[in-house]
Amino acid sequence: MDTIFWSRLQFAVTAAYHWLFVPLTLGLAFVMAIMETLYVVKKDDFWKKTAQFWIKVFAINFAVGIATGIILEFEFGTNWSNYSWFVGDMFGAPLAIEGILAFFMEATFFAVMFFGWNKVSKRFHLASTWLTGIGATISAYWILVANGWMQNPVGTTFNPDTVRSEMASAQAFWEVVSNPVAVSKFFHSVTSGWVTGGVFVVAVSGWYLLKGREKDFARKSMLIGAIVGLVGTGAVMLSGDSSGVHAAKYQPMKLAAAEGLRDGGPRAPFSIVPGVEVPGMLSILATHDLDGVVPGINDILNGYTDNEGKVVPPVAEKMARGREALDALAVYRELRESDPDSAAVARAVLDENVEYMGYGHLEKPEDVIPPVPVVFWAFRLMIGLGMLMALLLLLALWFAWKDKLEKKNWFYIAALCCIPLVFLCGQCGWIVAEVGRQPWTIQGLLPVNVAISSLSAGAVKTTFFLFLAIFALFLVIEIRIMLGAIKKGPQITEG
Amino acid sequence: MTYEFLQNYWWFLVALLGGLLVALMFVQGANIHLVNHRLDDVQKRMVLNSTGRKWELTFTTLVTFGGAFFASFPLFYSTSFGGAYWVWVLLLVTFVFQAVSYEFQNKKGNLLGVKGFRIALFANGVLAPFLVGTAVGTFFTGSPFTVDKAAIANPASPVISTWQSPWHGLEALGQGHAVLLGLTVVFLAVILGALYILNNVDDHDVRRQMRGTLKIVAVPFLLFFVAWFVILMLKDGFSVGTDGVVSMEPYKYLQNLLHQWWLSALFVAGLLLVLAGLYIGVFTKLRRGFWFAFPGTVLVVMTVFFLAGFNGTAYYPSLTDLQSSLTIRNSSSSYFTLKVMSWVSLLIPFVVAYIAFAWRAMDHRKITREEIEKTRHKY
Repeated sequence: MDTIFWSRLQFAVTAAYHWLFVPLTLGLAFVMAIMETLYVVKKDDFWKKTAQFWIKVFAINFAVGIATGIILEFEFGTNWSNYSWFVGDMFGAPLAIEGILAFFMEATFFAVMFFGWNKVSKRFHLASTWLTGIGATISAYWILVANGWMQNPVGTTFNPDTVRSEMASAQAFWEVVSNPVAVSKFFHSVTSGWVTGGVFVVAVSGWYLLKGREKDFARKSMLIGAIVGLVGTGAVMLSGDSSGVHAAKYQPMKLAAAEGLRDGGPRAPFSIVPGVEVPGMLSILATHDLDGVVPGINDILNGYTDNEGKVVPPVAEKMARGREALDALAVYRELRESDPDSAAVARAVLDENVEYMGYGHLEKPEDVIPPVPVVFWAFRLMIGLGMLMALLLLLALWFAWKDKLEKKNWFYIAALCCIPLVFLCGQCGWIVAEVGRQPWTIQGLLPVNVAISSLSAGAVKTTFFLFLAIFALFLVIEIRIMLGAIKKGPQITEG
Repeated sequence: MTYEFLQNYWWFLVALLGGLLVALMFVQGANIHLVNHRLDDVQKRMVLNSTGRKWELTFTTLVTFGGAFFASFPLFYSTSFGGAYWVWVLLLVTFVFQAVSYEFQNKKGNLLGVKGFRIALFANGVLAPFLVGTAVGTFFTGSPFTVDKAAIANPASPVISTWQSPWHGLEALGQGHAVLLGLTVVFLAVILGALYILNNVDDHDVRRQMRGTLKIVAVPFLLFFVAWFVILMLKDGFSVGTDGVVSMEPYKYLQNLLHQWWLSALFVAGLLLVLAGLYIGVFTKLRRGFWFAFPGTVLVVMTVFFLAGFNGTAYYPSLTDLQSSLTIRNSSSSYFTLKVMSWVSLLIPFVVAYIAFAWRAMDHRKITREEIEKTRHKY
């Protein structure tokens, strides 16, 4: 096992762990803000106590989300040194803006929300609760601008003098900010957080009903949880559709892997599970056209013509041109001061092939194929579990709306079973997005083996196990404390 | 706006964030009292809840400081973080524990117990200022690394920045001058923490103890700071010529201070404010010392960053290969990135304004024993 393996595993585990806490933060933020709004509008203490209970749960979860977010930021530098330099010019700006715009908003207003009940006015407190959630959501936008750029690197040029991707112009920044991949990723991720928050609130409310406690609180919480969750579900489906279209356009290999599509073409079938296919469905989903071309893994390896009539060369040819680019880069850097004429010739060769420079680092064409079974099954689990969550939320809405929650033990238990499943669903989504991008850290530009730091495998292995131990400890503590808070309950006197 | 102006502007912002980060480490300095046996349990919770309202600002400033460095001087981020691995990992771990210690500390089922999380906050309280101070100290002593941008074209070893010491950052502990700055920042954090608690907690005994703390730590703080500063003024510095070539120059930092009059003014003003804060805390009955020492710290730290980076100085010097040293010219982001971010930075006063507004609203009433004993909304 080498440095690359441990660096990838460390980052993957940190990111996956972080994503256990963030979706619940994003979802609960709006649930509790709606509840507190009801308190301020209706002037009913019931809603105050209800909001306070969910804020308490939010705070327990929020702490670990913050603790793990900073690890990701540091790991960009500590474990992905070349990547940090190569993308710093593109990636750093969204990260800095995230800090200035979002983190301070979250940090400042979280403190007011948590401590400020008897210190600031009702309206200031309500504004703080909303701003905490809005801050978290803005934060998600900027980090997903960065992630979206890694999936679809727009607005950039390679500068051989600095050896990195650079912002091509001030306008290019807007290309990066409005990158269609980033926009749909933002809606998909944030609204999947609403689904997570919705399912969590429904399930915890169901537990109270199972125990015959806090019935009024549980029914009303369930209603709000179901509404937030269902709005999220609708948005997840819409943004999921555009994510598919973007993958087909910008990351065809990811889509081919997610579908296990060896040989594609027009009227490509959608695989439900291996052996069960819907003819032509993949072409419709990915291109919104029955005759749209969806290339398979072999097509990408061997070259194909895309829907805009552009001939995409075979991977072997991309690799050969990539190596030419790398050789030209080496010559250019060596001669740019001593022999400007020869350097200019090398520069011309570099410019001609720079589009494929990342491919020059690959050893064989098959390196461009991500681990197909992982991506394929994660994709299916994500969709299947997403549909299950939609069903649960619909039932919750119906039962809570019609006040038919009495003696539905089967439903309460089913809802509780959905808590781990909704988190699994979110994890699967990120596995499709990130494992599906392999071997690239930045699609087509920088493969993982060139993105790392100069560290020994032993050093990274040590920190991997250190973080793993910390994560395990925090997870156990968080679950114990949260269960304690839930068992204690909102303690609202039943009227 | 020229490229050089933007590079200078971003070095100014990084310095400002660095200054705010060190000043906001009053949280770390105050948390040292969580293991102070002369405080009873309620008093410790008063301290905990007092810093508990502010710790996220320090934490967020650290994240933004890192983000701003990454965005504006990415070669520093890739070289230092990827090289001085153990220093950054250690700093990270202390902050990760800090982030959960408030919320978890007094909850049932937290496995580590109240004491465990208090120790975690104490460890963060000592190590965070020490490591940040020592890391900044290496701006003047140098670190063992090389930078070769052509490496990326070499499949056998494509990493641009490589650290030349197997200790990956811990070797800085052997550089006395850098360690002096680390120790200075620890004692400065304790001073700021005591001044903050003095201002924010309404308890006679706690205040008396904070004044006692100030008397004790003022001496080592001044000794370490003066020693570090005198050595800095006398030592050779890493100078960058107009052609970008780095060379050693005698009394470089003294010259930086003298040749930029505004820097001397900033430094003296900052120092006087810190000393005024200390004087108010030790010798008067007033509780406003914090509001002198806080801005004073920001100014002094900014001066330290300016001494390291302006006036043709390499701010992150390489001991292995002088020409690999990082300067604000050779390590920055591109013109367009710096320009776009400069527009965004105009939002900073707005952010500072709402933080100040929320701070005032929350601290209008000071923390009392009664509040800690009665309220449910506490750590």
